[in-house]
Amino acid sequence: MGLYTYDTTDIPKTERIPKLVENLYAKMPEIESARAVLLTESYKQTENEPMIIRRAKAFQHILENIPIVIRDLELIVGSTTLAPRGCQTYPEFSYEWLEAEFDTVETRSADPFYISEQTKRELKEANAYWKGKTTSELATAYMEPETLLAMEHNLFTPGNYFYNGVGHVTVKYWEVLKIGFGGIKAKAEEALSKCCLADGDYQKKSRFLQAVMISCDAAITYARRYAELALQEAERCTDAARKMELLQIAQNCANVPEKGATGFYEACQSFWFVQQLLQIESSGHSISPGRFDQYMYPYYKKDLDSGKLTREFAQELMDCIWVKLNDLNKCRDAASAEGFAGYSLFQNLIAGGQNSEGIDVTNDLSFMSIQSSMHVFLPQPSLSVRVWNGSPQEFLIKAAELTRTGIGLPAYYNDEVIIPSLLSRGLTLEDARDYNIIGCVEPQKAGKTEGWHDAAFFNMCRPLELTFHNGKDRGVQVGPQTGNVEDMETFEEFYRAYKIQMDYAIKLLVNADNAIDMAHAERCPLPFLSSMVDDCMKKGKTVQEGGAVYNFTGPQGFGVANMADSLYAVKKLVYDEKKLSMKELKQALTVNYGKGLNEEDIAAMTAEIVKGMKEAGQKVGEKEITAVLQTVVAATESPEMKANGERILEMIEEVPKFGNDLPEVDAFARDVAYTYTKPLLKYHNPRGGQFQAGLYPVSANVPLGAQTGATPDGRLAYTPVADGVSPSAGKDVEGPTAAANSVSRLDHGIASNGTLFNQKFHPSALSGRRGLENFVGLIRSYFDQKGSHMQFNVVSRETLLDAQKHPEQYKHLVVRVAGYSALFTTLSKSLQDDIIRRTEQGF
Amino acid sequence: MQDYLKTKGRIFDIQRYSIHDGNGIRTIVFLKGCALRCRWCCNPESQSYEIQTMMVQGKPKIMGRDVTVDEVMAIVEKDRAYYRRTGGGLTLSGGESLCQPEFATALLQAAQERGINTAMESMGYAEWEVIDGLLPYLDQYLLDIKHMNPQKHKEYTGKSNERMLENAMKIARSGKTELSIRVPVIPGFNDTPEEIRNIAAYTKKLSNVKRMHLLPYHHLGQDKYEGLGRPYLMGDVMPPENEKMDALLKIAEQTSGIECQIGG
Repeated sequence: MGLYTYDTTDIPKTERIPKLVENLYAKMPEIESARAVLLTESYKQTENEPMIIRRAKAFQHILENIPIVIRDLELIVGSTTLAPRGCQTYPEFSYEWLEAEFDTVETRSADPFYISEQTKRELKEANAYWKGKTTSELATAYMEPETLLAMEHNLFTPGNYFYNGVGHVTVKYWEVLKIGFGGIKAKAEEALSKCCLADGDYQKKSRFLQAVMISCDAAITYARRYAELALQEAERCTDAARKMELLQIAQNCANVPEKGATGFYEACQSFWFVQQLLQIESSGHSISPGRFDQYMYPYYKKDLDSGKLTREFAQELMDCIWVKLNDLNKCRDAASAEGFAGYSLFQNLIAGGQNSEGIDVTNDLSFMSIQSSMHVFLPQPSLSVRVWNGSPQEFLIKAAELTRTGIGLPAYYNDEVIIPSLLSRGLTLEDARDYNIIGCVEPQKAGKTEGWHDAAFFNMCRPLELTFHNGKDRGVQVGPQTGNVEDMETFEEFYRAYKIQMDYAIKLLVNADNAIDMAHAERCPLPFLSSMVDDCMKKGKTVQEGGAVYNFTGPQGFGVANMADSLYAVKKLVYDEKKLSMKELKQALTVNYGKGLNEEDIAAMTAEIVKGMKEAGQKVGEKEITAVLQTVVAATESPEMKANGERILEMIEEVPKFGNDLPEVDAFARDVAYTYTKPLLKYHNPRGGQFQAGLYPVSANVPLGAQTGATPDGRLAYTPVADGVSPSAGKDVEGPTAAANSVSRLDHGIASNGTLFNQKFHPSALSGRRGLENFVGLIRSYFDQKGSHMQFNVVSRETLLDAQKHPEQYKHLVVRVAGYSALFTTLSKSLQDDIIRRTEQGF
Repeated sequence: MQDYLKTKGRIFDIQRYSIHDGNGIRTIVFLKGCALRCRWCCNPESQSYEIQTMMVQGKPKIMGRDVTVDEVMAIVEKDRAYYRRTGGGLTLSGGESLCQPEFATALLQAAQERGINTAMESMGYAEWEVIDGLLPYLDQYLLDIKHMNPQKHKEYTGKSNERMLENAMKIARSGKTELSIRVPVIPGFNDTPEEIRNIAAYTKKLSNVKRMHLLPYHHLGQDKYEGLGRPYLMGDVMPPENEKMDALLKIAEQTSGIECQIGG
């Protein structure tokens, strides 16, 4: 039984919402220069001041001067750029990549942005100041040579925070709603008044508190500018209804976020300023609203009960916020854009679940959050729902209705795994129960945590490649020398070598992350953000310097399924059954099973042979090099190599794979996942917190797969690596329940930074109430077995067409044919066409 | 181990995560062998009890294997968590499960004794004693009625329908299982309003039927005929249009007076 009663009736969307969406997506997003120019102006004026004050003053200078706009029909205002879905730049973190990509950013395949010639000029001028002053440059200086080498060889990439702000936080929205920035400023003043100027930490503490006060003023000023603009526009406005709206907006912005919100509308506006301004202070993404349905509820309930608010208007305001969450944007470097494809800011908003006392607190706003995602039908917010044994079935059915639309939302999270997992990381029971999700899948307690989630992508396949080459990659000694694989007599010996390579790479990863962590603390402490996270004010320092109650660093590993299948194949074929010698396998992997290598790999192989020739005292000219190159190409693609490759691939095909509900293979996968999740736990970050593993890939499994050679699971070089904890694409052939059973056998609890499990369904699997019930049943059953997270692609017609072209990637796609379901790829072409036709009608 | 768990039978497939044959998420066990030879049969590999080789996507595949009840239950058990959450369980299909009476009965008994819900898709083509023997273990009977006219039934399926209709009545009267009637709607065979009305009228007469399903013809099985080296007698008959199915559904509802639906 939950705490609240709730109304589950659907509320229709107003005409305003599709118009707001249409306006937002009318043009390609654009890069603007105002923030970078203002930031640089301010920095030039504060050269000799403490960094924390410089940051606050720069924030203030930006908010006092950045151009502001109220878009047509908006009820919630506050835009970071003049152009819809535009983005500002953040040269204090890094800027060189953008200058290098000035001329390609508009035409690149992943997340292109328009940039005008004038903006390029202005940015170039501002950027000139930042040479030698960025967090990324300082981070590099803090890294060891072997760390940089490992990164150069793509063992892992900490690119996210190396080039950008950290973000990945949920602040105390509720405190701003309650006391406003006026109240927060007063708290800082009070704390400052209690400091003695002779205290040892006085300098640090006092300057931090002063910086908080400046930041609060800046936010208040910014809102007042909006109040004035709304008044001006109201005066000019000839439409009586819109005039009233603008006057209301003016009144809202005059009150919040300076003061506490007096009602739901003001609370919405206040929430929005916090959400937006956090993303002006820093370029960090995954600024996650968290439990919006909880901290907004008191305002909703009070207004509803007093008759001041209708459910319809509350829904419209939420819809407006949902649209605004898509107005914020971020330009990443080309490589990162592929890893985070889809212009996503990962603003995770979660609905449902229990409160700190363990009581279910699903309420009207939980349902309306799902409704808003149905109304706006946009990727932001990243909507999540919390599931536990006490979740109301109606709520999960509503969530399943959203899933059925094919939008890929919401993601489902299991309280029963996440709460104990957080407890094991030192959270109190109350805090653990009150968790929300950051970004993709990372759980934490809002307003108390600097989780540094998403700290790096760690490719578990690369250490295996190093194992096969005694620690060398393209002729360079990147990892430790673990011996020749041909000489390893037992599987245990081979597995031990892999673990040594893993441990080494993990250690370097920690070195990289901590170097970046230090750089952020020194060069980009964030006073505005820190004013809304406990215990920064008490400790007198920013979250970047360890001010939060809970501190973690959570780099994510991926390729678990590839490594489980690979190591299992090695064990079976080479050691148990002795069908294949290690030499043969190594050779097949080196030549990508005879399927061809890319230019870089061919060049590296050639260079190594040439080096050997030179060392042997041979004279090597251009002619000889060409000859070697031709020999390498011929050798790697010879008919013999190809036939060998085919033979070995067929052998591998027969070896059981993870994802088919085979307890022996699944137990093996569990152990393989430990090679990443366990070693990390012993490391600490400069903020005094612990490292914890995540097992999820964002979309990096595709680009990082492109940097990975062939693996012994039969995966060809340069192809994607398995996503999250999901089985390798197409390797799970026993259907969704079998795959879920396998995945649930991994240890999700130890990967306390989150795990990600993807499943694909055809919409017909969710058709009717019965379909929804079965779907919810599937989620609950996976969660009964201690899975942590689940998300779904309910596939569309386009996907089915693609499945026809690439059946190997869609082996487990279940479609409903007539009175029963079948695997799509096993159907005849004509029937597939039939289903595609029917599906089209079905939508 | 109890004796009935060692009972052997012949199956040609086990399909997990089936959501359209009985309540909830189910595991379907397909038994090999059938008494009928329906022209539209979408599982032609199910018809002969003999183990056969069928070409599937260019590769020969052995259809049919002999297994014990215990072996089948080991697979059925794997999705117990899903049955519990959705009210699902085991479904027997075929072929005609009743062609292997001892095996079918033992499977249902094994499931029921473990608390797993049971269902069976069947035409009811067997001696009444066989059906009567397994009813105590069967939660849901999904019974096919294809046509009311004995001659036409014989012409298209190879067997006349008297015994099946008689068994349908006995099953309904027994009250021992939840009975649903399933009608494959086959163009040129039983897709006229009158033919559907006759089946619905008989369904009404059975008087103890939970639901009636109209299953539109599809040509999923076409490739399988090729794979078995057999001609596909349905040729290029197209599935019935949605409008036609809707019209037939109305007739079924009006005549039978019970809940009717298109699909499983």
